[in-house]
Amino acid sequence: MVASVMSATEPKSARRRNWVKSVNAWLLLLPAMVLLATFTHYPIIATLYHSFFSLGRSGPAEFVGLENYRYMLDDDVFWQVLRNNFIFALATVPTSIALALLMAVWVDKKIVGRSFLRLAFFTPTVLPMIAVANIWLFFYTPDYGLLDQFLKSLGFAGHNWLGDPSTVMTCLAVMVVWKEAGFFMIFYLAALQSTPPELKEAASVEGASRWYFFRRVTFPLLMPTTLFISINALINSFKLVDQLVIMTKGGPNNASSLLLYYIYEVAFNFWDTTYAATLTVTLIAILAAVALTKFVYLDRRIHYQ
Amino acid sequence: MSEIIVNAVSKTWGGVGGVERISFKAEAGTLLVLLGPSGCGKSTTLRLIAGLEEVDSGMITIGGRDVTHLSPAERRISMVFQSYALFPHLNVAENIIFGLKVRGVGRAERDERLKKVADIVGLSHLLERKPSQLSGGQRQRVALGRAIIAEAAICLMDEPLSNLDAKLRHEMRTEIRSLQQRLGVTMVYVTHDQTEAMTMADRVILMRDGHIEQNGAPHELYSEPASDFTARFIGTPSMNIISWQDDAMLGVRPEHISLVERDGVPATVKAVEYLGADSIILCDVKGETVSVRQTGYCSLPAGTQVGLEWQNRHIHLFDRDSGKRLAGRVAA
Ligand SMILES: Nc1ncnc2c1ncn2[C@@H]1O[C@H](COP(=O)(O)OP(=O)(O)O)[C@@H](O)[C@H]1O
Ligand SMILES: [Mg+2]
Repeated sequence: MVASVMSATEPKSARRRNWVKSVNAWLLLLPAMVLLATFTHYPIIATLYHSFFSLGRSGPAEFVGLENYRYMLDDDVFWQVLRNNFIFALATVPTSIALALLMAVWVDKKIVGRSFLRLAFFTPTVLPMIAVANIWLFFYTPDYGLLDQFLKSLGFAGHNWLGDPSTVMTCLAVMVVWKEAGFFMIFYLAALQSTPPELKEAASVEGASRWYFFRRVTFPLLMPTTLFISINALINSFKLVDQLVIMTKGGPNNASSLLLYYIYEVAFNFWDTTYAATLTVTLIAILAAVALTKFVYLDRRIHYQ
Repeated sequence: MSEIIVNAVSKTWGGVGGVERISFKAEAGTLLVLLGPSGCGKSTTLRLIAGLEEVDSGMITIGGRDVTHLSPAERRISMVFQSYALFPHLNVAENIIFGLKVRGVGRAERDERLKKVADIVGLSHLLERKPSQLSGGQRQRVALGRAIIAEAAICLMDEPLSNLDAKLRHEMRTEIRSLQQRLGVTMVYVTHDQTEAMTMADRVILMRDGHIEQNGAPHELYSEPASDFTARFIGTPSMNIISWQDDAMLGVRPEHISLVERDGVPATVKAVEYLGADSIILCDVKGETVSVRQTGYCSLPAGTQVGLEWQNRHIHLFDRDSGKRLAGRVAA
């Protein structure tokens, strides 16, 4: 009632000012919107569109409906790389999170050489994946790599770590954990440092042991951080494939191939762009589902402040 | 019954801050207030008693037991923090019984004690809420509840009311005081607010730069300040201190000065602050400002010439250099 009276009496100039303000806001948003639309939204739509067409190597591309998707479901390699990807995620996500938490709790303490330790833990993050992959390639080299030399000095025989389907995934997982944990540690460290020190003091007055405090207070309070990190780690496990290019090319026999790397192969080695589009849509759907779970479900459950 | 004795305790950080050889005693069942300006070492003293800081030297006993090197938990105290230090992920009930759970108190007893304490602090209807869903005053009560459910003989509070608005602060201070008396606990209460100290305390320790400036009952600090620092700190508006003889300063409280028509110390009215029940008249006496409290409304315009008068029994003399009270001297 009051509002309607107000708007009726609102002078024209005020409405005009509002309009100018909106135009201004849209203009400021424009550059970002153009970039997003050109390089993110349009490609997604185009990919989706292409995934419904035939390749058209001989003649024009034809609409084939879900044919490409049917083909995908029959593709053994697709299932293998998908399985690889889930195993890879399962192996790297919890491990790197646990390690990150452990490191963060450790370097949060007032110990000598704390800054040095923090830097040391963080260094792998700073390195490009390509460099990391090259370093670890040397570690895993059969016979004269670091790992084999070490094992030989203990009397074990050499092993082709990256050439053996039964060890290749583990080797890659270890390397990725090594690279990622330091990055996640930073988030935990920030969260730990923003928890008020009085909480610990209040608990110590009540007689809570360090472990009790960690279990009942620190860990629950870190839950939002843990969630954030797990989502990021999960997405990274689908996104990060640079190491495959350097170390295994997805081999041996696709044992180490991941979904994104398979897409790359299909698109740029086999030039089957519509099938690559189909696989890409699947990948986007998986990642969107992960992100949606976070925003819709988990955020609501784990929130205190 | 547990009295606290702090004996020649020192704690500094590389020689700066903290407290220097302080000694005092908090009688069992009384409320002792540590008062002083920010940075004078009140919190440090309290944290030393709690065991959250380690002493450099000296001894602390609680109820005759040497606790100097015991952990906070072993000292069997409870504490309320300035920021309340509530656990944000636990609801009110869980926050209050946190300590009982730590100590493995059985469920039945926990529930019973929670019910009693929630009644005392008036939170029975909010037990399911998270701290973020509470007002400042309610959070304060949760912190209070967590402190009293422990049924410790000693309760330490560090500026527990400083985050509340004036009205609530007044309410809570009466409540805390009556709670302390009802439960018969020994309480050490830190504040920088002299009104809080005067109204709540059995005994006040006024601190300054890590030392104890004066230790006495509220009325002693008011009527017999041991130094000009105490004199200025206790009472609002603070005591007027003006140069007197060569080696002395004279102090007289605004409420002990009256305006007279003739005679008296000549002064010029500078301004009047009307407070409702009374007015504070700011006067200029030879370049020094003297405030005078008068009941009711005062309509003197600035520039009026007035005379100031006070009785000899109301004056305080302080040494000019040390600031110490000069006893037994009477102003000529
Ligand atoms: N952990 C600390 N490290 C270094 N200096 C400190 C520490 N805690 C307190 N101090 C110093 O000791 C002095 C007294 O502090 P505090 O007891 O907190 O004063 P307040 O009376 O305001 O509570 C201050 O000068 C402060 O800077
Ligand atoms: Mg303090």
